[in-house]
Amino acid sequence: MTASFLILAILTLAGGVAAVTLRRLVHCALALAVSFAGLAALYLNLGAEFAGLAQLLVYVGAIAILIVFAILLTRGSETEDRAAFSPAGFAGAVLALAVFAVLAWAVVTSGAAHSAGLGSAPPSTMREIGFALMQRYVLPLEVIALMLTAAMIGAVIVAVREKASEAGTTAGALPRPEPGRELRTR
Amino acid sequence: MTPLAGCLLVSSLLFSVGLAGALTRRSAILVLAGIELMLNAANLNFIAFWRFGAHPEALTGLMFVIFSIAVAAAEAAVGLALILAIYRHARTSDVSEITEMKG
Amino acid sequence: MITVIHVAWIVRNLWLIPVLPILAAGLSAPLGRPQRRLAAGLAIGSMTIALVLALMAFAEALAHPFLQVSNFGWMQFGNEWVQLGWLLDPLAAVMLVMVTFVGLLIFIYSIGYMAHDENFTRFFCFLSLFAGAMLGVVIANSLLLLFMCWEVVGLTSYLLIGFWFQRPAAAAAARKAFITTRVGDLGLLIGMVWLYAQTGTLVFYDYGRGCLEQSATAAMAAHATVAGMAVSTAIGLLIFCGAVGKSGQVPLHVWLPDAMEGPTPVSALIHAATMVAAGVYLVARVYPLMAASSSTLQVVAWVGAVTALFAACIAVAQNDIKRILAYSTVSQLGYMMLGLGVGGVAVGMFHLITHAFFKALLFLGAGSVIHGCTEEQDIRNMGGLRRFMPVTFATYSAGMLALCGFPLFAGFWSKDAILHAAHGWGISRGPFYLGAIGALLTAFYMTRQMYYVFFGPQHLTDAGTGAATAAGHGPADGTHGEDVEPVAAARPGEVCAIEDPHESPSVMTVPLSILAVFAVFLGFVGTPAWPWFQAFLAGGAAKFDLAGFSEPGLMSLMVTSSLIVFAGLLLGWWFYGRRPILRATDPDALERLAPPLFHALGNRLYVDELYSVTVIALVRFSAAFASWLDRWIFGGAVRMVGWVVTGVSWLDAGVDRFVVNGGFEEGCREVSRGGRLLSRLQDGRVQTYLRVIAAALVVLAVWLLWGRRG
Repeated sequence: MTASFLILAILTLAGGVAAVTLRRLVHCALALAVSFAGLAALYLNLGAEFAGLAQLLVYVGAIAILIVFAILLTRGSETEDRAAFSPAGFAGAVLALAVFAVLAWAVVTSGAAHSAGLGSAPPSTMREIGFALMQRYVLPLEVIALMLTAAMIGAVIVAVREKASEAGTTAGALPRPEPGRELRTR
Repeated sequence: MTPLAGCLLVSSLLFSVGLAGALTRRSAILVLAGIELMLNAANLNFIAFWRFGAHPEALTGLMFVIFSIAVAAAEAAVGLALILAIYRHARTSDVSEITEMKG
Repeated sequence: MITVIHVAWIVRNLWLIPVLPILAAGLSAPLGRPQRRLAAGLAIGSMTIALVLALMAFAEALAHPFLQVSNFGWMQFGNEWVQLGWLLDPLAAVMLVMVTFVGLLIFIYSIGYMAHDENFTRFFCFLSLFAGAMLGVVIANSLLLLFMCWEVVGLTSYLLIGFWFQRPAAAAAARKAFITTRVGDLGLLIGMVWLYAQTGTLVFYDYGRGCLEQSATAAMAAHATVAGMAVSTAIGLLIFCGAVGKSGQVPLHVWLPDAMEGPTPVSALIHAATMVAAGVYLVARVYPLMAASSSTLQVVAWVGAVTALFAACIAVAQNDIKRILAYSTVSQLGYMMLGLGVGGVAVGMFHLITHAFFKALLFLGAGSVIHGCTEEQDIRNMGGLRRFMPVTFATYSAGMLALCGFPLFAGFWSKDAILHAAHGWGISRGPFYLGAIGALLTAFYMTRQMYYVFFGPQHLTDAGTGAATAAGHGPADGTHGEDVEPVAAARPGEVCAIEDPHESPSVMTVPLSILAVFAVFLGFVGTPAWPWFQAFLAGGAAKFDLAGFSEPGLMSLMVTSSLIVFAGLLLGWWFYGRRPILRATDPDALERLAPPLFHALGNRLYVDELYSVTVIALVRFSAAFASWLDRWIFGGAVRMVGWVVTGVSWLDAGVDRFVVNGGFEEGCREVSRGGRLLSRLQDGRVQTYLRVIAAALVVLAVWLLWGRRG
């Protein structure tokens, strides 16, 4: 356990905790970005340069910003007077704690805690990764490409604003309830 | 405490933090954020095992993480689009108020 | 007695004699009131044919004076047969002729007597039924058959005593007769059952196997039972109980005087000549059993003697013409029992036969008097009737003299035979003295009755009071003046108690005359000089032999009994004949002499009152107790069962409502609640589902890790 690892770990975790506990959504999004950055640093620490940089590019650069956009579009800043946590949120926290306990227990009691030694960093140059992508993992690569295309199209279709949906009288559309009321089926 | 165990513990902790967020926060966006954290914790796991496990020259873990990141990006896009659509219908992004599937 | 295997025609068909009148009764039963001629014709016709057959049987018995039987099996019990049958012997033949002849005369008399009654048809139906049953008793060869006919006789007696049942006195008298004779019949029934148990048969004579034949009676006499008595004594006494009830001997005599509530022909036929004689006949029939041991006949003799005197005493103080005759009947039945006990069958039966004739005559004569005095029955209101009813008076006198035992009349010979046998009884002279005093009293009270009814002037009573109005007429209104002759000594305002007494029609007086002839001359068949009757009953023949009178002690006894009769007649004349009785309200001469005694005798020596206080009270108490038992104990048990059932059903309903339904409904409600509870898991919130998944993940992981560790 090197000191750098520890610092980075603490940073990541702090960001994550802040992301889930802060009240204002924008603060949560920024904390999340910090957490993602911390993780990227951890990847770099562990010798996975490509993954780390990809992490930065995609997560911090795209996903975190996307989250901010979503907050903006859903008027997340207007809901500050409501409670931050859902009803029976305590149960969820306890459950998460239980999950951590189980995982930690699994880790501690497994052989991994005592056995593996420090090996040298494996060769993970771009050349290697390129070769792997084009030879061994070419099929997943193509599939990923398709998937990304489909996701992009799908996201656009789902999120596009329909012309008549503002009035709420299109066939098949649900009647718009007041905020805070349950939706009821017809 | 080997480095592997340390990495694994960190990823476990990050995973449970993400789970706690997904399970406790009201806002749908933050639920998604929790999910992203969980995914990231899993990625960290993979990197750790790639680094400290057998056959690191196969680059399996690294590849997996690359693809995982891609998939996570796609999923985040679609998810947030869904949240936008729901917000337009229900006028709220509060998960505890969307109970149409009740009963 | 020798039996003959080849039986004559008449013996085979002896059953016709009782069956014909019963058939007539059966045919008369559905007839309506207007068919009087038909009913009377059936009755008299059947009785005439029965008389002819009885005479044929008598001729057969004369020709062959020994027992002839005809038996047949009636019912089968497993291996045993219950046998019935009839017999013909001199005793039965004599009784057959007597019953049919006297019965026929009384039937003819009844046509005139009951002519004004609207239930004429019913009367003749009952009379025929009675006659048939009585004839069945006479010819029965089995105690069972005798008992069956005995019961029918009792039934018809009840029906005929209560003929005018609208009168409460008549209905009560009928009930009393039936119940009192029932007490006696109970003894008879027990005796019958015991006899069957002892001998295995109830047939009297059955070619050596019968219960009255030598082997059976000897066996019963040898066998000892309770109180050291021989079995034959015990059974004999029990059978005698039946005779005591039917023949009105002392403890059970109380029904006979009350039975006078019935029409006079009924009193004549049933309660003088025939039915009451059935008891005497029964004792005569089972005489071999009675004679098997010495004690039974002693009891019979003493009971008869006591009854003779007891009833004669009470008759002295009675004022109803029929009641005097009723007590006289009880007394004479006592004589018959005495005769049976001390002298044997012939002595008792001789008196029975003569008594039947002259008592029937007396009753029919009394009926004629009542009819002529327009239904007046109190002798104090009569008087001087010999001027108005000469034929009745003459025949009545003949009967009265026969009853008293006036020398050479029928009663003299028969009563004398009894007294002679009693005098010679080795065991005690007591019955003789009782009988002698009874004879004195008989003459006395009959003379009293004659003077009250027939002699002297007509009795007077105040106009508009008592007897005159009781006779159904108003005060003298002058229209009957020429018939009513007040005595010269009448005080102003007094009239004769009976208005217009007249003689009865010939349909009534002819039977009286016929009976009077028998009352005078019938005794001659049994005199000591020519004891035909006694010999006939014993199966032999008799010669006319004046030497019969020279039996030691016989002449002196005949003289003594004649003197007793004359003394009684003289006493009667002394008290009632010297000074004529003028007024209905005059006290009796005897009453003036000894008032308390007279009143006690007039009240029948309070026997009825004694029974009312003891037996009747006991019966009432038992009935009340039984009623209480039925209502509270048995009824209570039934009600308890009812409550238990109700309680159980209520409990069942409660269980059903609360446990079963409730449980079921509760179960359904719980299921519903459970369902509602479970459906809360599906609250439509994604986070809830995620939490559940997380919890399941924890559980699964723990399980796997635990397994791996262990």
